[in-house]
Amino acid sequence: MTASTAAAPIAPATPPEQPDRPPARKRKLTGYWLLLPGMLWLAVFFVIPFYSLVATSLYDRTGSVLQGYDMAWQFSNYWHTLDDYWRPLVRSLWYGGLATLICLALGYVLAYAIAFKSGRWKNLMLVLVIAPFFTSFLVRTLSWKLLLRDDGFIVNALQFVHLLGSDGRLLATPVAVIAGLVYNFLPFMVLPLFASIDKIDHRLIEAASDLYSRPIVGFFKVTWPLSLPGVVSGTLLTFIPAVGDYINAELLGSPKQRMIGNVIQSLFTDANDYPAAGALSMMLMLLILAMVLFYVRRAGTEELL
Amino acid sequence: MSQVAEAPEKSGDVGAYEGLRIRSLTKEFASFTAVKSLDLDVPSGSFFALLGPSGCGKTTTLRMVAGLETPTSGSIELSGKDITWDKPYRRPVNTVFQNYALFPHLDIYENVAFGLRRRKSKEVDRSVREMLQLVELESQTRKRPPQLSGGQQQRVALARALINSPEVLLLDEPLGALDLKLRRSMQIEIKRIQTEVGLTFVHVTHDQEEAMTMADTIAVMNQGVIEQMGAPAELYDNPETTFVANFLGQSNLIEVEIRGPEGDFVVVDMQGTLASIPTQRTHVQPTVGEKAWVGIRPEKVLIAEVGASIDAPGNSIPGGVVSDVSFIGVSTQYLVRMPWGQEIQVFEQNTGRRRLFRQGEQVDISWHPEYAFLLDHHQDASAGVDKVDAPS
Repeated sequence: MTASTAAAPIAPATPPEQPDRPPARKRKLTGYWLLLPGMLWLAVFFVIPFYSLVATSLYDRTGSVLQGYDMAWQFSNYWHTLDDYWRPLVRSLWYGGLATLICLALGYVLAYAIAFKSGRWKNLMLVLVIAPFFTSFLVRTLSWKLLLRDDGFIVNALQFVHLLGSDGRLLATPVAVIAGLVYNFLPFMVLPLFASIDKIDHRLIEAASDLYSRPIVGFFKVTWPLSLPGVVSGTLLTFIPAVGDYINAELLGSPKQRMIGNVIQSLFTDANDYPAAGALSMMLMLLILAMVLFYVRRAGTEELL
Repeated sequence: MSQVAEAPEKSGDVGAYEGLRIRSLTKEFASFTAVKSLDLDVPSGSFFALLGPSGCGKTTTLRMVAGLETPTSGSIELSGKDITWDKPYRRPVNTVFQNYALFPHLDIYENVAFGLRRRKSKEVDRSVREMLQLVELESQTRKRPPQLSGGQQQRVALARALINSPEVLLLDEPLGALDLKLRRSMQIEIKRIQTEVGLTFVHVTHDQEEAMTMADTIAVMNQGVIEQMGAPAELYDNPETTFVANFLGQSNLIEVEIRGPEGDFVVVDMQGTLASIPTQRTHVQPTVGEKAWVGIRPEKVLIAEVGASIDAPGNSIPGGVVSDVSFIGVSTQYLVRMPWGQEIQVFEQNTGRRRLFRQGEQVDISWHPEYAFLLDHHQDASAGVDKVDAPS
């Protein structure tokens, strides 16, 4: 108190001299210059294509790629395609959701083990988690096709223990598609979970134990709530691409397991029905956006950050 | 062996010690032994401090009492019940952690209520409010820990542990993260709360001033063993080892030769001057001709002009030359170079009755014999001198 009142009258007499500093206006602009490359990239490769997608979804469906489409503001495209393809859309949400839950269960245990129990092997284990990325997504999914093939050892083993009938198979079943999704998106779950769990101060868990929490109670009262930011970002990073995925359903499933991605792809490339494909893409995007907003609200993670 | 002699002293239930009793507690880590066969009795209701430099094993001892570390061998008893192998969540012991370890996702109210909720207490709300009142944080209940100041977080940590009425409250360097001024007021605050609630506090610290301010009993730990235990004044006035003499305050240690016992004193030849040390302050076998350390606290050393009478019955030691003078305000600190080359520290209260000595002046020094202490010459005279983070 006394120090500040004593210093106050002196302060105006000796203004701070900063001869080398650039003027304030110039410094303010630096931030915008740094933003520029990213903004340009997004403008060219996101904003323009997005505009074109919105436009395509409203074209007149009677046109064709060769003759061109007329802009008809056909909002009915949305109802018609939804009517035609609601089954694969629901199936996608169901497969993606289930794959996300399985990823969460597997990934949480794995991330927890790496963060808390791996000691000096921590870095090696993290490298192993991302090691699959060194091989192409397509090649890895094709190898799963080999693993799950009708006479393969997995099918034989499951038949041997009677989990699968003698003529039962894995390929072309929902199990195969969901297993493929889980395998392919697991690292996207593990990495954010690890980042969250690794940050948790061990002494908090000790404190819970000191305050009469058995390990399981301590986990649900301290570790789990503190790892929620990782759970939220992990589930989003898994769910969003999993719902839109078509490779797994294409390679490991049959037409019965078609997901919305397969439908959109075939509408674009086989049926050449651009407006329908565009409308379906838009609907998928809006649906996921709505679900994500609802989810983030419910998880209440903004309080944690 | 001694059980026969002790038996008549305790009538009724023998062995049910009211308090914390540690016997031959040892903790070995892969590369070193942190705690070596430690014995300790902490009476119920006392404020006990484990004082020592970092790495002396005091925190490990505390963590073993809390159950957060498993002992290699030995036993820990609480009110006669063996808790050595009990899980931490089953012990009637709570900890105030270093840096507090408050739950960042819970508000202050829920942090304090945490232990009670786990034990399904029915009186949560009333107890939490009482406890928050005790630590003067009633107005902060719905804030999160990061929104509070260091001192407030400290009090939340204290409340969170205290509310469970543990048989022993453990405090692990609880004030280490606070600045000096706040530390002082929290020391008084914690002492007040301890007196108010009457629980047993075991306090781990490396700050000797903090230990002396707060504790009834201090155990000075060094390299896994307790060097000396007792009331703060007792430890300060009559240290038994060079480590305690140097770690708790400052000491002048002068090399002497033992001349032998004489009545209630041990006579030593101190660089040509004979001096006597009371027998109860002698912590070495008085073997004639052996070397030893005479210790004297700087504020007990008297300083005077050459030939002037000194208010001390013993001989004055001549030939000193003032080599350094620091005027502190309340006192003046001198370094006096003695004829045998050693520099003796002398603190003199600034009573204003006498002028200051100047650098280079010839002086005599002396002290009352009952203030000196005699220590084993095999011990390192500089043990405990290099204190980490010593308060100025």
